Amino acid sequence: MTDTLTSPPTASVPNPATPGSAPPNSSVFKYPGGAGAGPRASAAFATKGFFAKNPSVLWFVLIIGALVIGVTLLSPAFGGGEMSTSFVKTIGKTLCLCLAALAMDIVWGYTGILSLGHMAFFALGGYMIGQWLMYARTQEIVVQALSAEALPATPGEIAQGVATQIFGVVGGSDMPLVWSFAHSLPLQLMMVVLVPGILALVFGWLAFRSRVTGVYLSILTQAMTLALALYLFQNDSGLRGNNGLSGLQNLPEMGATSQDLVSIWFFWAAAAALVLAYILLAWVVSGKLGSVLRAIRDDEQRVRFLGYPVEGYKLFVFAVTAVICGIAGALYFPQAGIINPAELAPIASIYLAVWVAIGGRGRLYGSVIGAALVSLLSSWFTSGRVPSVPLGFYTIDWVDWWKVLLGLSFVLVTLFAPKGIGGLFDLFQGLKTPDRKGAPLGPDAGSLQEQEAVE
Amino acid sequence: MSALLEVSGVSVSFDGFKAINNLSFSIGPTELRAIIGPNGAGKTTFMDIVTGKTRPNAGTVKWGERGQSLLKMSEAAIARAGVGRKFQRPTVFEDQTVAENLVLALKSPRSPFAALVFALSGEGRKRVEALAVQVGLTEHLSRKSGELSHGQKQWLEIAMLLAQEPRLLLVDEPAAGMTLAERELTTAMLVEIARTRAVVVVEHDMDFVRRLDCRVTVLHEGSVLAEGTLDHVTKVPQVIEVYLGRG
Repeated sequence: MTDTLTSPPTASVPNPATPGSAPPNSSVFKYPGGAGAGPRASAAFATKGFFAKNPSVLWFVLIIGALVIGVTLLSPAFGGGEMSTSFVKTIGKTLCLCLAALAMDIVWGYTGILSLGHMAFFALGGYMIGQWLMYARTQEIVVQALSAEALPATPGEIAQGVATQIFGVVGGSDMPLVWSFAHSLPLQLMMVVLVPGILALVFGWLAFRSRVTGVYLSILTQAMTLALALYLFQNDSGLRGNNGLSGLQNLPEMGATSQDLVSIWFFWAAAAALVLAYILLAWVVSGKLGSVLRAIRDDEQRVRFLGYPVEGYKLFVFAVTAVICGIAGALYFPQAGIINPAELAPIASIYLAVWVAIGGRGRLYGSVIGAALVSLLSSWFTSGRVPSVPLGFYTIDWVDWWKVLLGLSFVLVTLFAPKGIGGLFDLFQGLKTPDRKGAPLGPDAGSLQEQEAVE
Repeated sequence: MSALLEVSGVSVSFDGFKAINNLSFSIGPTELRAIIGPNGAGKTTFMDIVTGKTRPNAGTVKWGERGQSLLKMSEAAIARAGVGRKFQRPTVFEDQTVAENLVLALKSPRSPFAALVFALSGEGRKRVEALAVQVGLTEHLSRKSGELSHGQKQWLEIAMLLAQEPRLLLVDEPAAGMTLAERELTTAMLVEIARTRAVVVVEHDMDFVRRLDCRVTVLHEGSVLAEGTLDHVTKVPQVIEVYLGRG
């Protein structure tokens, strides 16, 4: 090493000598670095465009764009009808699940919080939009029925009629307090964002401030989900117990509009939401916030000693991803047509984690691929259209055996391909995993493992 | 000279074991101080108290000109107030590039919203590049820090500490696992840093402490046994008995 002299190490020195011009008599300034920056220095900060920094975004927009054009042209509403309305809905629902998986990837893949409760926020978003859909549709029916009477119905009579219609099934005839905003679409759309967001804030604040991490946090989130599901199963929860909300596919004041058209509208909306979220989240994770989140995932104590309020960051991410899940749910359930508390069961959130793991966590496109592939395969296998395999002594019926297959592939991916499907893209680009002899990239439970990382 | 950090009468016990027993310590704004002591003397616990990781049972820790108490503050708030800490093993974010590590450490607003809209200014970039030059990592700025050698990670962590611009630097055994040449560099650098800020070095290696040429505090069983120049403390009989005598 040469004895080239450099500037003193402190920033607060009033006039730091320019590199190479430090006093020659001092041996104090001998640092390992030589003077003068190498060519790679500026490469680390090259001011590339957004798409150059995030090549997956351009591909993603192109692929979703092609999907939108393809499905539209094959749909019953705008094309030849080669695709059935129910299949258009399946694709639209899958896009919503991809959106939830994106949120899960941010919270788990990037921040290391293995939340087993994000599908609860998804279902809550669905309940919130479902309340308005059901209320407005029922009101229409009630108004129509009462118009046959001699005297015009008073608002009180209409409200009573709506309440009896909706809650007759659980033996009630009064509108519960949680339906206070159900008459108004703007208010209920606000609730789609606020209810999951505020629940996540309260829950996250309680969990993160007591520094619960790792598997204990996962168990806590699962407990929250289970408690919420059990509460909603009760008839007096105000959301119709295990009947849930139904008829959500019928849009109010559009009774004459065919489902062919409605299905393609929701498909477009889901595609637009997914693309927007992808671009936004790609921008977020490629910036400094993403850098802090990955640092928290790998070594949160170190992040604290850098002065970052780790709990605040976790809370921020937990709440924002809960809101994204809520929006995804609000787009999903009008396509599904029905929502009940079973949608909140912990298993749904575990599936979400499985999709992200199979797709490859810590990369946005991985989570989308995982969610799309696994949920489409799942609906194919459980549709009964997959031929059974007769073994002579036993017949493999895929409706039952699909879950075994899914569980097995989850175990296999975790053991042998921790990068998931996303790892294939590394393979094509010739990216290797670092050789760390099995050591993870940080001390924390959620930290990136050797096999997940890219050199 | 008023003290930058003033620890007085602090005690900590873990399950009845007194790790720190009525410890008092103070350091000025531009001072280099070495803390020595046998294993279990409470050196690491002392650092944990100052950085907010451990809450003491009794005593006060006052910071800065206004005598602000650090005891009610979180680790992150203490770090923002100007206390930097270097751990014994290098702790850098291995999945991120050297440049990303330095940008993370760079002094800037620390809230999630600030991070969301953060854009590296030209000045910030110059600062990162200058730090990289100082620690010889210019060629490696765009490499993932996990790929660096052990020594390079140590230097990266030192650069990160400097990027934080702390007023007080707590350094845990900086010379551990270093070659003789690297030790000399480290000594020179610590002395240089202490010209503009306070530096506390916890160290086992007596030769290293001698080279630092600064006031020395000897800890034993959680309290201060002696304080002064190295020559002074090595002549104190109790010090010889509990520490140096063991050879």
